[in-house]
Amino acid sequence: MALDHGLLPFFPLSNFFRNMMSMQNESSGTSVQRSLKIENLVKEYVPGKPILNGISFEVQGTNSVAIIGPSGTGKSTLIRCVNKLIPPTSGNVYVSGENITQLSGTALRKARRKIGMVFQEFNLVERLSVMENVLCGRLGYIAPWRAWLRKYPQEEINRAFELLDAVGLVEFAHQRADSLSGGQRQRVGIARAIIQEPHVLLADEPTSSLDPKTSVEIMELLLELSEERGIPFIINIHDVELAKRYTSRVIGLCGGGIVYDGSPAELSNDNLTEIYGGASWLQ
Amino acid sequence: MINNSKQTAYGDAFKVNWWIRAGWVLVVCYILYAANYLDVSFARFIAGLGNGADFLAEMVPVNFSRWQLLVSNLLETVEIAVIASAFGIFFSLPIGLLAARNLMPSWLTWPARLFIVLCRSFHPVIFAILFVKAVGFGPLAGILTLIFASIGFVGKLFAEAIEEISLKPVEALQASGAPFISVILYAVLPQVQNRFIGFSSYQFDANLRNSTMVGIVGAGGIGGTLFAAFQRFDYDFLAAILLSIIALVMVSEFISLRIKGVFQ
Repeated sequence: MALDHGLLPFFPLSNFFRNMMSMQNESSGTSVQRSLKIENLVKEYVPGKPILNGISFEVQGTNSVAIIGPSGTGKSTLIRCVNKLIPPTSGNVYVSGENITQLSGTALRKARRKIGMVFQEFNLVERLSVMENVLCGRLGYIAPWRAWLRKYPQEEINRAFELLDAVGLVEFAHQRADSLSGGQRQRVGIARAIIQEPHVLLADEPTSSLDPKTSVEIMELLLELSEERGIPFIINIHDVELAKRYTSRVIGLCGGGIVYDGSPAELSNDNLTEIYGGASWLQ
Repeated sequence: MINNSKQTAYGDAFKVNWWIRAGWVLVVCYILYAANYLDVSFARFIAGLGNGADFLAEMVPVNFSRWQLLVSNLLETVEIAVIASAFGIFFSLPIGLLAARNLMPSWLTWPARLFIVLCRSFHPVIFAILFVKAVGFGPLAGILTLIFASIGFVGKLFAEAIEEISLKPVEALQASGAPFISVILYAVLPQVQNRFIGFSSYQFDANLRNSTMVGIVGAGGIGGTLFAAFQRFDYDFLAAILLSIIALVMVSEFISLRIKGVFQ
């Protein structure tokens, strides 16, 4: 779904050699407060039928936001509009003040380094090792030939080990990703997103493929890592209880618009009925 | 009790497709017609068995007296196969990548696919005849023939393998801002590496067998000697050539099995 938009215009022939030879290892300035601001975002797959209609909200610093809503209401589309895996029809997305929607080509690619993403089905490269998968998060910062020869700067390798330690997978560093369990794979996915040093962390249903106990562990890990680094965290989630328990803010989507935006504690059954419809499931 | 009628209150459980049944009847009729038209008959087959037996009888005892010629021809055959495989596989990698419709825009996949189709449209013998005309008799014509054959086969299968990969890791790496080449290196190639090695070793096998054949039209290798022996009714030497080709193919089969084993 997302890929037909993202992939085809992705072949930047003009940048081919420049990228190949001269990518510097730029480090991002970390003094500014990290933030995500979405302004009047509209996405129409079919003209005249917006799936997202004028979404606006802002997240900063250590805040975490859960986006809830019925299936097919555009939660995944919203998340993917942030890093332009799906190009929005109109509206603006600012990551730490930089307008993402205006960018394309190399500029977009470089901006994407500031946006970490965790996926429902982990999206790891099964045949590569855990360490290689984590370092995938640094591919945007090093030249392809260095990546090919596995010539990563030493400090990046050190940070990869530290992150693997933080997610509890150091001893699995050399194992292939397909030898891990679901929960372990998602931990690798999280380490891969965090090593980007992102200014915003997006998670698209990161616990939907996991059992309840592992889901809680993954949620705790996501919040712990994003909070201690001051990365604003946006998560799509089906599990309302998990959202209320862990995030500091809940946004309810329904029919393409925001119908609830507030604290998890104030999220009432009436609000949930408005978001999901019906009432029998709340009994 | 078994209900044979298949009739239920809901209608039949299995629908009969009369078009497909008619199609099968047509195929059988055409085969019978074509066999009759081409005078393929059992009597001729029996007569042929007798001729074959005479031919086999003249092959023994096998004559290995000209073994030096045999060895030098075999070496040339192997050289043709190795060089053609190396270049053919090397070129088919980028061409296969360019032909993958899930990664490349259509203005790149079209020319790449057209080139692959051209490589596949002729049998190696026809290519060999063309290249003998172009560059003259000798191994160069054979090498060029087999390079094109390799690109046609490996390039097509490689493109298909890439089209079957999971795009999930590709999406993830794109989302992290990885450059296109790095996405190919990290998310695409690891998923197709084993299959590519499989195709390549299979193609090397095919090249070895085909390089014994291109000599028949003068493109180098043992095929030329084989053809000459055949025309001079030199059947005992012919048997020696055939036996050594069988040995060569078996050795290469063994080697490619070992190579695949390493990369499993």
